[in-house]
Amino acid sequence: MRAEPINFIRQAEVVGRLLAVLPREAVLYQSEDTRPYECDGLSAYRQVPMIVALPADEAEVQAVLRICHTLQVPVVARGAGTGLSGGALPMGDGVLLSLAKMKSILAVDPVACVARVQPGVRNIAISEAAAPYGLYYAPDPSSQIACTIGGNVAENSGGVHCLKYGLTVHNVLRVRGLGVTGEIIELGSEALDAPGYDLLALVIGSEGMLAITTEVTVRLIPKPEVARCIMASFDDVEKAGNAVADVIGAGIIPAGLEMMDRPATRAVEEFVHAGYDLDAAALLLCESDGTAEEVEEEIARMSGVLRRSGATGIRISASEAERLKFWAGRKAAFPAVGRISPDYYCMDGTIPRKRLGEILRFIAAMESKYGLRCPNVFHAGDGNLHPLILFDANNPDELERTERFAGEVLEKCIAVGGTITGEHGVGIEKINQMCMQFSASELALFRRVKQAFDADGLLNPGKNIPTLHRCAEYGRMHVKGGQMPHGDLPRF
Amino acid sequence: MIEVPEQWASAVRAATQSGCPLRIRGGGTKDFYGHNCDGELLDTRAYAGIVDYEPSELVVTARCGTRLAELELVLAASGQMLAFEPPHFGADATVGGMVAAGLSGPRRQAAGALRDYVLGVKILDGNADILAFGGQVMKNVAGYDVSRLMAGSLGTLGIILEVSLKTQPVPVAQATLRFDLPEEKAVALLNRWHGRPLPVSASVWHDGDLSVRLSGAAAAVKAAVASLGGERMDDEQATHLWTSIREHTTPFFRVDVPLWRLSVPSSLPVDAIGLDRHGERLIEWGGALRWVAGHVDGRVLREAVAEVGGHATLFRGLDKTSGVFQALPPALMGIHRNIKSAFDPHGIFNAGRMYPGL
Repeated sequence: MRAEPINFIRQAEVVGRLLAVLPREAVLYQSEDTRPYECDGLSAYRQVPMIVALPADEAEVQAVLRICHTLQVPVVARGAGTGLSGGALPMGDGVLLSLAKMKSILAVDPVACVARVQPGVRNIAISEAAAPYGLYYAPDPSSQIACTIGGNVAENSGGVHCLKYGLTVHNVLRVRGLGVTGEIIELGSEALDAPGYDLLALVIGSEGMLAITTEVTVRLIPKPEVARCIMASFDDVEKAGNAVADVIGAGIIPAGLEMMDRPATRAVEEFVHAGYDLDAAALLLCESDGTAEEVEEEIARMSGVLRRSGATGIRISASEAERLKFWAGRKAAFPAVGRISPDYYCMDGTIPRKRLGEILRFIAAMESKYGLRCPNVFHAGDGNLHPLILFDANNPDELERTERFAGEVLEKCIAVGGTITGEHGVGIEKINQMCMQFSASELALFRRVKQAFDADGLLNPGKNIPTLHRCAEYGRMHVKGGQMPHGDLPRF
Repeated sequence: MIEVPEQWASAVRAATQSGCPLRIRGGGTKDFYGHNCDGELLDTRAYAGIVDYEPSELVVTARCGTRLAELELVLAASGQMLAFEPPHFGADATVGGMVAAGLSGPRRQAAGALRDYVLGVKILDGNADILAFGGQVMKNVAGYDVSRLMAGSLGTLGIILEVSLKTQPVPVAQATLRFDLPEEKAVALLNRWHGRPLPVSASVWHDGDLSVRLSGAAAAVKAAVASLGGERMDDEQATHLWTSIREHTTPFFRVDVPLWRLSVPSSLPVDAIGLDRHGERLIEWGGALRWVAGHVDGRVLREAVAEVGGHATLFRGLDKTSGVFQALPPALMGIHRNIKSAFDPHGIFNAGRMYPGL
């Protein structure tokens, strides 16, 4: 991607206006100050923003938005910048609106079981503040020590416990935010529903394209008394995949159900020494939580199902320390893979669980086709795959091969009835594949939804929803219902 | 033979031409809900059937005209259910009508609302285009979440052709406990229990009588029965109770007086908004849903409820001149109008069912 040069005349004009409403230190425009914001967690895409604005409260956000609207300057909101799809990639002619300074927990109500927080509050800080009351905030993306609730709202973030506890959209009651012209809008409520259309659901996961979040009310739930985890080994990945369906088919909803293949466990084991079975072709982590009696009953049922499904080994965490060790490996999968390869590319497709074996065989074929390795970690319970393609950006064509590899896997996800992104978002990364997942009229509807909130297209333009022109350039056809164009042709 | 969606697409084009709106209707069991709307009847029961159901995927896909009772039977045969316990309000309730009404039943506080279980939809929009959003997978963040937007939209955004819903296993064990408690104490107790890891799956208070349903693993239900006290209700009687609450067939929900649905923060004290001065009351969802039956001043009630962060719906009532749903602030109403015209540019779907002009 070619970076856009900064227009310094325009920059001076906008900076001048912003300095009238923000303190000097809250407006950054020198390149040494704006450079740290040039990318989010998807570092393959970089663009230095024209200006970074750091408002400290809602009134300042409102002032910034009004100026940007008047001058027709695009605005890209950013939380902690941990996003993995380039959703917070700045614009060379835009303002990067960092909400990091708005990090107060405004209220924790242990009776109503809700917390009201500002958008820059870190995900884990909510659970920490709720802990004295025996409560916590359930969605736990792997980046939870750093990522912010505002970013979680923008991306509808998940985590390893969403099969049982849901995504951000299931755990946020209310979002207060500002529309593009700076008008205050409240979506949802502190009751369990709100009148009118469910705009809360629409805004959650909208990647900062509909409104800017200034306050979030989340639901807190009682922390389970006990949690225990089963680590099951399988000598075949497909058997492990079938075991996942068997557990769920038996009427059990585990608190977490994760899978890693051997290349992933090997990378992780070297890094965190979690005690993983390195001979297993695949490992399943299967967690139960609840009261002591409940967990005992469920662990026994799950172990039985896993054994019958062909597990070659089963270990049950005997202590909280051991349970955390099992998870430490899974949660460190990305950094662990980062140690064995100069670069890696994390994918995020979702498929119906029953197609797991098929997709893993497809990924193996892609490894040979592109000459790149690809360990797999997988939120097996909800069919969300994270293949990690290993590459070296210093080798001239490896990034390009990686992107083609990833593109083929995402197309395969669509073809088997899944989606190109389960939790990381479309951002800039998967915008081309949107042309395949959705028809021209579906994309047109998305654009009309965007216009319903933001008529001038100033909020994070160019992300998430491709233009028709872009789709034409990409030149790929829309597929749906398992029908690939020319489905009879070999694709690898 | 022309497929039903194609016939409906023609009906949409005809309505656009003639300017005569369509009135989308399934079994008509929720005709009482929302404003009356005129227009040519489009009966969704012509497009029925379960398209796909795989219990181990926890997903069922059904056409709009499928009878809700039939869907629930099919799920039950595999030990699964719709966790949000949707009210039917009659034997003819359809899946499409359920989604459009967006109503959830007794399990709502514990399990989530209907919208939380919508994974994907296929709709026919006001341009006569058939569009699909979401899908059959649990996690999907590609594009805006249009599927959930359909939940509770009262058919004003398009014809829901097909919907994919997340299913859940039926809990292994269940027990209902009964307590003699005044309103205030019941609400306080429910809120205290809500903050503890207890398997409470439903609650209802009326006239000094609190009933609480526990659902989950056998051991968890047994332990909760032992620790919460109260009087255990006979299972058959309990099933009848929860069905009658869900279906509004208890004497409280009699039809001769207006019924108000108040959605409020669960911990709201009983006397906070002068609720105790209004009509007869029935409380569900741990305090978050309060029904009021009686001739109350809607304007006063709505102002009071808005003050505490809630909203009031005239759920059943003959005189709807003061509006069925709580009025929206101007900025939100503006977005609603824009959304409506994004889906239905000619204003032909269930015109005015939710708000005048929408």
